[in-house]
Amino acid sequence: MKWVPLGLVRYTVCLGGLSVFFFLLCILTGPFLMLYYVPDVNRAHADVMDIMQVVPFGSFVRNVHRWAACLMIVCVPAHMTRVFLQAAYKPPRQLNWLVGITLLILTYLMCFTGYMLPWDQEAYWGATIGATMAENSPFLGAKGPFSVLPPDKDIHYIMLGGTVLDQPTLSRFFFAHCIAIPGALAGLMGFHFFNIHRAGGMSGPL
Amino acid sequence: MFKPMAKAEAIDPKKIARREAIRKGLFWACWGVFVGFAGILGASIVRFAYPRIVFEPSSIFKAGKPDDYKAGSVSLIHGRGVFVVRTEKGFYALSAKCTHLGCQPIWYEDQQVFKCPCHGARFDKEGINFAGPAPLPLPRFHLSLSPDGRLLVDKSINVGMDFFLEA
Repeated sequence: MKWVPLGLVRYTVCLGGLSVFFFLLCILTGPFLMLYYVPDVNRAHADVMDIMQVVPFGSFVRNVHRWAACLMIVCVPAHMTRVFLQAAYKPPRQLNWLVGITLLILTYLMCFTGYMLPWDQEAYWGATIGATMAENSPFLGAKGPFSVLPPDKDIHYIMLGGTVLDQPTLSRFFFAHCIAIPGALAGLMGFHFFNIHRAGGMSGPL
Repeated sequence: MFKPMAKAEAIDPKKIARREAIRKGLFWACWGVFVGFAGILGASIVRFAYPRIVFEPSSIFKAGKPDDYKAGSVSLIHGRGVFVVRTEKGFYALSAKCTHLGCQPIWYEDQQVFKCPCHGARFDKEGINFAGPAPLPLPRFHLSLSPDGRLLVDKSINVGMDFFLEA
């Protein structure tokens, strides 16, 4: 059993749990938003406006989703800071630190893909910037350093479903935001908790 | 009458070895089928994500008659991501894609400058970056006259900064 000394148990110990809580809020509200949102470039933005202005409690449900996502983005790095400052990444928890970093990246990807779905100016150019960054990334991007893949085989092409932002891009981001990334996130979170259990449970008696 | 059970015959060790071999063979064959199928499925899903055909605007297009452009004007060709610039000397086509992170710069006629709304990069009328984060000038595309007397832009050919089509 590896307990964290009692003196170190502060409110900061709850940050991981808060991340899970906000993730669950998103998982709870997301499918309901899907009832009214259609990932079609001609109506996606109008659907979001409908959710905000016409659907009963639509703005409430969307704002819960949005704010929970924003707070998750605050909580996850805060949780990692706590783990880092308490050196809780040390044996036997090294693997869980790596799983945690993957969870952080997946959380950011959730944010990036979700930001794009309303299909407004902010979303469109935000996704353009992200896609250009992917295009210039090493190895995977066609224009980046050490590029090995041609422009029609690189990460930019697979992200956009082509070379420009259009319907294929919205469909792909929708799939990534609603199925692929949350699935991976939930699975890895299960592994994260199993690792906590295996390393001797939570940080110690509260 | 109750017959006592015959004593189990001693099984030929060769038979045992053969059965063991069959058992192992089947075991690895099953794993082989499983791994093979998973591999094929994985590979086909990766390939599946790359479309054979994309429905995108052609990189070669006509941009109207040269007379439609006033001397000194900068015109954005909507949906094509190209500025056609008409100077006293002639025409050139600039990419409307910021060299920083790919947003579309906006032409400010009163200040004679391209400004990118995303991170504030500035380009002059020649497309040369002079402020902000953009590392390179706006690429210049090949411009020619089509046989029917219209401007023909080819986005697949990048030309030098001194290229222009004489008016």
